[in-house]
Amino acid sequence: MDFNDVFDVVVAGGGNAALCAAITAARAGRKVVVLEGAPKFYRGGNTRHTRNLRCAHDGTAPTMAGPYDPAEFIDDLYRVTGGQTDKALAQIAIERSRELLPWMDQQGVKFQPPLGGTLSLGKTNAFFLGGGRGMLNALYRQAEALGVTCVYDAMVTALNIEDGFFVSATVKHDGVEKQVRGKALVAACGGFEANIEWLKEYWGEAADNFIIRGTPYNRGAVLRMLLDKGVMPVGDPTQCHAIALDARAPKFDGGIATRLDSVVFGIMIDRNGNRFYDEGEDVWPKRYAIWGRLIAQQPGQIAYSIIDSQSVSLFMPSIYPAVEASSIGELAAKLELDPAAVEKTVADFNAAVRPGSFDHTVLDDCATSGLAIPKSHWARKIEKPPYYGFPMRPGITFTYLGVKVNEESRILLADGRPSGNMFAAGEIMAGNVLGKGYLAGIGMTIGAVFGRLAGEGAAKNAAN
Amino acid sequence: MQLTNMVRSAALIEADRLMTICNGCRYCEGLCAVFPAMEMRRTFADNDLNYLANLCHQCGACYSDCQYSPPHEFNVNIPATFAKVRNESYARYAWPGAFAGVFARNGLFITLLAALSVAAFIAGFVALKDPAALYGRHGGDFYKLMPHNAMATLFSVVFLYAIAALALSLRGFWRDIAGGVASADVGAVGQATGDAAHLKYLGGGGGGCTSESEKPSALRRIFHHFTFYGFMFCFAATCLATVYHYAFGWHAPYPLISGPVLLGIIGGLGLLIGPAGLFVLARTRDPILVDKPRLGMDTAFQAMLFLTSLTGFALMLLRDTPAMGLLLAVHLGVVLGLFLSLPYGKFVHGLYRYLALVKYNKERKTAIFVE
Repeated sequence: MDFNDVFDVVVAGGGNAALCAAITAARAGRKVVVLEGAPKFYRGGNTRHTRNLRCAHDGTAPTMAGPYDPAEFIDDLYRVTGGQTDKALAQIAIERSRELLPWMDQQGVKFQPPLGGTLSLGKTNAFFLGGGRGMLNALYRQAEALGVTCVYDAMVTALNIEDGFFVSATVKHDGVEKQVRGKALVAACGGFEANIEWLKEYWGEAADNFIIRGTPYNRGAVLRMLLDKGVMPVGDPTQCHAIALDARAPKFDGGIATRLDSVVFGIMIDRNGNRFYDEGEDVWPKRYAIWGRLIAQQPGQIAYSIIDSQSVSLFMPSIYPAVEASSIGELAAKLELDPAAVEKTVADFNAAVRPGSFDHTVLDDCATSGLAIPKSHWARKIEKPPYYGFPMRPGITFTYLGVKVNEESRILLADGRPSGNMFAAGEIMAGNVLGKGYLAGIGMTIGAVFGRLAGEGAAKNAAN
Repeated sequence: MQLTNMVRSAALIEADRLMTICNGCRYCEGLCAVFPAMEMRRTFADNDLNYLANLCHQCGACYSDCQYSPPHEFNVNIPATFAKVRNESYARYAWPGAFAGVFARNGLFITLLAALSVAAFIAGFVALKDPAALYGRHGGDFYKLMPHNAMATLFSVVFLYAIAALALSLRGFWRDIAGGVASADVGAVGQATGDAAHLKYLGGGGGGCTSESEKPSALRRIFHHFTFYGFMFCFAATCLATVYHYAFGWHAPYPLISGPVLLGIIGGLGLLIGPAGLFVLARTRDPILVDKPRLGMDTAFQAMLFLTSLTGFALMLLRDTPAMGLLLAVHLGVVLGLFLSLPYGKFVHGLYRYLALVKYNKERKTAIFVE
C-alpha cells in the first residue's frame, strides 16, 4: 500500500466488525484501508473462532428455524445481562439484526442449517457455512472487490488524536513505523484478552495460568490508546468471559475444539482433591461459562473433571484423550493428585448420591444429599471403571472493557461529547450492549450491526 | 488378505489425529458428507478412515475455512491427508493383492502398459498380416487389419477381467467399511447415484472448490463433468455399435450421422476438454492440498482418456488414408492400455467414492450424531 495516501476511512482491526464497516464505507464510495495487526492467516481476531450470528428474523430464512421475534431477543439479552445494557443501543442491535442475513448474503457470506450438537440454536442463530473463517474469507473477498486496501501485520502503535478528533494512526509494518492519515477512524480491533500483563492488573499472577482461546494479537493496544486519550470507558475492566477447557490446550488460539463438556457428568475437584462447586446446578449450555471463573479461583488455576465409564460417551468428544485408570487411586496418581484425598472425595460423594432416574437431557432428580457442596442434578455414583479424568483450566474468550459509543456508533469522549470522526464497533464497544454474561452469537450481532453503523457514519464524516 | 494385521500407515495415524480434532470443532459440517459422517463416530478405526477419506472430494473448502490449518499448531490439512489415505486404500483393497504396488508408481506403470499395448498391436498387424498392410489404404475398414471377432474377443476378455478385478477390489472395500457383509438399500443407492451424477460434494457446500485460488470456483466440477459424461458417451457409443453389429448385422464403419459416431464425437469432445482442464487445474492447485508423490496417477489417467479420444478422432478423420493402419494400432493400444489399467489406476476413485456415498446415504437415515 501507499502510506502517503490520505484515506477517507481508516479501519483499525480486521474481524467481522472491521470488515462490515469497511465494506459499508466502500459501498458509499469511500477510500478505505483496513489495518489488521495479525498476519494474514490469523486475520479476523476472535471472528475466526466464531460460528454463528444471532439475529431476529421472521422465520423465512431457509437455513433457520423460526421466527425469532425482536421482543424475545430483547428478553434473552436482558436475562443474561441482568439489565446491564444500554437499552437504546440494545434496541438498535436487535432491530438492525433483522437486516443482517440478507446483507451478509449480499456480501457473499453463506449459511448452513445447524446439524449435530447445535440444534438448540437453530431458531436464534444463523450458522456460517464453514464457520467464522469461511465467513471472514467471504467478507475479505468482498472488501477487496470493492477496492478496500487490506494490510496485514499492520499493528497500530499510536493514534494521533487532537481534541477528540482523529488525524492519523502510526502503524508498524515491515519493521518500520508509518503514518496512515484518514478523515475518519473506525476502531474495531477487539479487547485485551491476549494481553496477559493487562489481565494481571486485575487477576494477579493467576493470569499466567489462563489459556487464551483466540489469537495472541488481541492485545487491546488501540483500546488502551483511546482510553488514554480521554475516551469514555464502558464495561467492567476486571471482567472477562471465561469457560473451562482442557488444560492441555495451546496457550493461544485453541478456539472451540479445546472446550470440554464433561463437567456435569461427574465431579470437579481442585488440585487438593476437593470439590468446590455444584456441578449439576443447571444445564450445561447455561452454566458452562461460569466454570472458567470458578477454576480461575482455585489454587494453581487448575481443576480436574472426574467421570466413570457410564458417562464417557455422553458429551462432545474431546480432542485430548482422557486420563484413564482402573481405580480412583490410580487415576489420582496419574493426574498427579493425592490418591487418598481424591478417594475420600469420591467416596463421600458416592455416599451422598440419592436414587433417581438419570436423564442428562433434562434437569433430572439425581441429586446428592448431605454434602456441604451439593450436586443438584445428574448425580450418579462414580463407581464403574474404567475411570477417566481431564485436567481443566480457565479459557479466556473476551474482555468486557470497552469504549462508550452513541446510537451512531460514534465514540463518546470522557466529558460526554461525541467525537468528531471516531467510531467503534465490535468487541471494543460490545460492553455497551453486553454489560455482563453472554448470549451465543451476540458478539457477531454487535460486530455486524455496529460495524455497519460505524461504516455509514465514517463514510458521512469523510464526505464533509 | 489380512487387513486387520496391517501396520497402521502414517497417513492413517494422521487422519485419526485430524478427525479427533475436527470432531471437537464441527464447523465444517455443512460443507460435504465427510463431516456429518464423522459426527456419527467418536473414534476412528482404519475402516472408518478409509470410508471417510473416500467420501472426500478434495474440494479444499474445509482447508480454507479451517482456523486450525497450517501454520496453526494443530496443522489440520484434511484434503492432503485424505488424499493419501484414499490412495493407500486403492492399493489396500486391490485385487489381486500382488498388484497393489502399481498404485505407488502408477504413472510409470500406465505409461509402460500403454506403450506395450500399442507396440503389441503394431507387431500383431505386421506379424499376422502383410507388413505392407499397415500402410495400405483400406477404405476405412478396420477389420481388414484385425477381424471384428478377434477385436471383439480381445477387448471383451480384457474388459471382463477389468470388471472382475474391480468388483473384487470393491467387495473388499465395501465389506471393510460396512463392517462385514452389509446390504445396501435401494434408497441409499439411488441417492448416492444422484450425488455422484451431480458431484454434489465437489463444491464446498455451494461455494465451489477453493483449491486453485482463494476464490471458490466451479471449474473443477465442470471439467470433471466433461470427463465423466464424455466417458459415459464413449461407452454408450461402443455399446450401441456392439448392438448394431450383433443384433442388426450393421457393420462398421458407420456414417457420420449415426448413433455410435455421434455419441462417440460428443463423448470424445468431453474426453478432450475434461481431462485437459483437470490437468491444467492440477498444476494451479495449491500444492499443500494434494498428495504430491501420487500425482502421477491422476496425470496418467487424464492422459489415457485424452489420448483415447485424440487417437479416436485421428482415426475417424484419417481412416481413408494410408495412416489408418498405424493409427488403428495406436488407438487400439491406448484403449487396451486404458482397459487393462482400469482396476489399477485413478479410474477406481469414482467407484470407491460411490460406495462410500452409498454407505453415507444409508447411515445418515438412521444417523445418531455423537454428542
